[in-house]
Amino acid sequence: MADTHAHSVRFVRETMLPQQEPPAAERGAVKWMRQNLFSNLRNSIFTLIAIYCVYWLVTSLYPWFANGIWDAPSIRACREILEGDVGGCFAVLTERWNQLLFGFQYPSELYWRPTLAFLLLFIAIAPVLFRKVFPAQMLIFTALYPFIAYYLIWGGSILVPVMALLGFVAGYMVYARLVTQSFAMGFFGGIIAAFVVWWLTGLVGESTFLALEPVASRNMGGFMLNLMLGTVCVSLSIPFGIALALGRQSSMPIIKWICVIFIEFVRGVPLITLLFVASVVLAYFLPPGANFDLFVRVVIMITMFASAYIAEVIRGALAALPKGQYEAADSLGLDYPQAMRLIILPQALKISIPGIVNVAVGLFKDTTLVSIISMFDLVGMIRGPILASTEWNGVYWELLGFAALLFFVVCFGISKYSQWLEKELATDHR
Amino acid sequence: MTTLSDPPQSAFKPSMLLNDTRYRGYTFQFIALVCVAALFAYLGSNLAQNLRDAGLVISFDFLGEPANYDINQTLIEYNNQMDHWRAALVGVLNTLLVSFLACITATVIGVFAGVARLSQNWLVRKLMSAYVEAFRNVPVLIWIIIIFTVMTAVMPSPRDFRGEDAAASMVLFDSVAFTNRGVYIPKPIFAPGGWSVIYVFLAGVVGAFWYRRYATKLLYATGKLLPMGWPALAIAFVPAILVFFILGRPITLEYPELGGFNFQGGINILGSLIALWFALAIYTGAFIAENVRAGILSVSKGQTEAAASLGLRPNRIMNLVILPQALRVIIPPLISHYLNITKNSSLAIAVGYMDLTGTLGGITLNQTGRAIECILLLMAFYLTISLSISAVMNVYNKSVSLKER
Repeated sequence: MADTHAHSVRFVRETMLPQQEPPAAERGAVKWMRQNLFSNLRNSIFTLIAIYCVYWLVTSLYPWFANGIWDAPSIRACREILEGDVGGCFAVLTERWNQLLFGFQYPSELYWRPTLAFLLLFIAIAPVLFRKVFPAQMLIFTALYPFIAYYLIWGGSILVPVMALLGFVAGYMVYARLVTQSFAMGFFGGIIAAFVVWWLTGLVGESTFLALEPVASRNMGGFMLNLMLGTVCVSLSIPFGIALALGRQSSMPIIKWICVIFIEFVRGVPLITLLFVASVVLAYFLPPGANFDLFVRVVIMITMFASAYIAEVIRGALAALPKGQYEAADSLGLDYPQAMRLIILPQALKISIPGIVNVAVGLFKDTTLVSIISMFDLVGMIRGPILASTEWNGVYWELLGFAALLFFVVCFGISKYSQWLEKELATDHR
Repeated sequence: MTTLSDPPQSAFKPSMLLNDTRYRGYTFQFIALVCVAALFAYLGSNLAQNLRDAGLVISFDFLGEPANYDINQTLIEYNNQMDHWRAALVGVLNTLLVSFLACITATVIGVFAGVARLSQNWLVRKLMSAYVEAFRNVPVLIWIIIIFTVMTAVMPSPRDFRGEDAAASMVLFDSVAFTNRGVYIPKPIFAPGGWSVIYVFLAGVVGAFWYRRYATKLLYATGKLLPMGWPALAIAFVPAILVFFILGRPITLEYPELGGFNFQGGINILGSLIALWFALAIYTGAFIAENVRAGILSVSKGQTEAAASLGLRPNRIMNLVILPQALRVIIPPLISHYLNITKNSSLAIAVGYMDLTGTLGGITLNQTGRAIECILLLMAFYLTISLSISAVMNVYNKSVSLKER
């Protein structure tokens, strides 16, 4: 027995072996590639096709960027420098930079004003976008910003925005006093107070007190016009959208139908027809002799358009709220405005943020449509004065690519922000 | 014993119109109605005043006058002596044509990109999200202009096709020519009997669908599995091909040929149509891709696993379990994207494609100066399409919504 045992066990290892590395195909980059790029035949073929696409894109675009000419007075000069090589003529961007951003009629010595307004926009918008980072006192600046921006961009006497502001302040004060009795009284009282103040200050008449050189809206253009239309229309359309959504949910049939007809009508027609209305038809509906700015008419129409879409987003959010929330508000004895302001809307607006941002991004992209009714926004500038000029006739890709890039940066930024905010605000199922 | 009862109803007093919730609604509605009526009255009186000042009357008589302009793409017979009404009709058909083409192409692109975004392949996934982000975040007008520029500024002119060592050449066995005046493709010519081939083919397609339904029914009823793929294809194509050869090839192709300064014969697809078609398709395709992705992701993983544990094969899992549930999520936004394509096709005016906005809202409006009437008609057309599509969508939504009990 001992004999056999001695035979069968020749060797017993006394030390533990160190752990071996996984085989080369199962670790690091190779494993990743085997899993993600070449897991089976079909995947490998797809990978090769994709690599070819990327290769083709890079090799065809790289020389165009690398050989790009950034300093030349015209496309002919560009071509002479290039001597037949492939290369972009980015000189048009440096040469016409101001036109692309501000349009071709804004006085060049005043470019600092819209630039300053643009920079202040970030300060104004920061406390709204990042509640937790910036102190709440900065919201005061946000409230003042529209008036500052108006003063900077359009110029004129400082009394105009100040008096507009006074109207709002008076309206708010009356509202704050009356709202404790009834929301409706506060709301209408505030509106009436604001209009009274505006009417009173309108009696002051034209003045040149602290006046900046005025610039008419028809002189504005370029990317600035897109940004102006985008910010103004989005911020105006959110309150209107909320009102329309509440109206559509209302139990009062007449109010409900007014809202339904408005929303369905606006959503059913393309924006371009509404812009046609702004440019050729709206004048017929205004009092004879009234001369509304085209800019204001376009803002009215785009705001109508956007508020109908935002109303639908908010209606979806209102419908998504559990019924218990409405019933809880009722059982606390809150009346309709209180229930909406304190319970329903804060939750509904939170749910509707991604939708509202989608509408805002879409709207900002749609501001390029004003080029069709011959306003010189970024696209209008490119297709009109710049491509039509003898110096730059034929520089398509650089200009269109630049326009696409600008819009991409803004819209992509906004949508990334909304994704971040969605996560930030998610209070349920953590 | 005490009973709880409502306090006795007080008689109606006028102050209740403001203070009693039962009556306050009437007050508000009355105020709203008066406001809206006042607004319309104000706008209407301004309109009447302005029209009187300008010496105009609203009338649609101008639609009967000769249009006096040519349209470069007409699906129905049209010449410049026909009336504005006919020109508008040509525009309507052009709108419908480009919307239809763009909807189909966008669906194909969107489904492909949406599925590819869920692929196991890292590179394909990243490429597709780059596509989606790039196209969703740039205005469609810029894409239309970019593709239009490709079609007009980059493509060779017909002259370049001339000569021994021509700068450009036709592709696909000399049948298709890409020029800066549009794309020329062969045109089918129907000899007598040619249409019967088409009819037989259509009947074959109907037959194929009928066969598939029959096979499915048989499968569910008896468990007997008939082959579905190749018999359906055969039913669709074989009879048509047989008829084609029996009748002695009644359909021939007329190839575009270089003659004079331009190509002759064939069908000329305008650059503006292609620009609009593809720009709308790839732009909307990016949105559809996101919907498709969301739809597939919305089907919970348990469904796949349950189907697999029942022993279904991957193809069957996709067809019988995942797709029916995903489609419920995908189709409503898909239809609203179709609607967006139709509405965005009005951007045709930026590249000179003669859709309804180009004829009625463009040249007719400028020639006759009848802004109000033209834009009213334009809006009515788009509104009709939108409302009818959303009516169809509501019916569909009702039919697929979860039947909760």
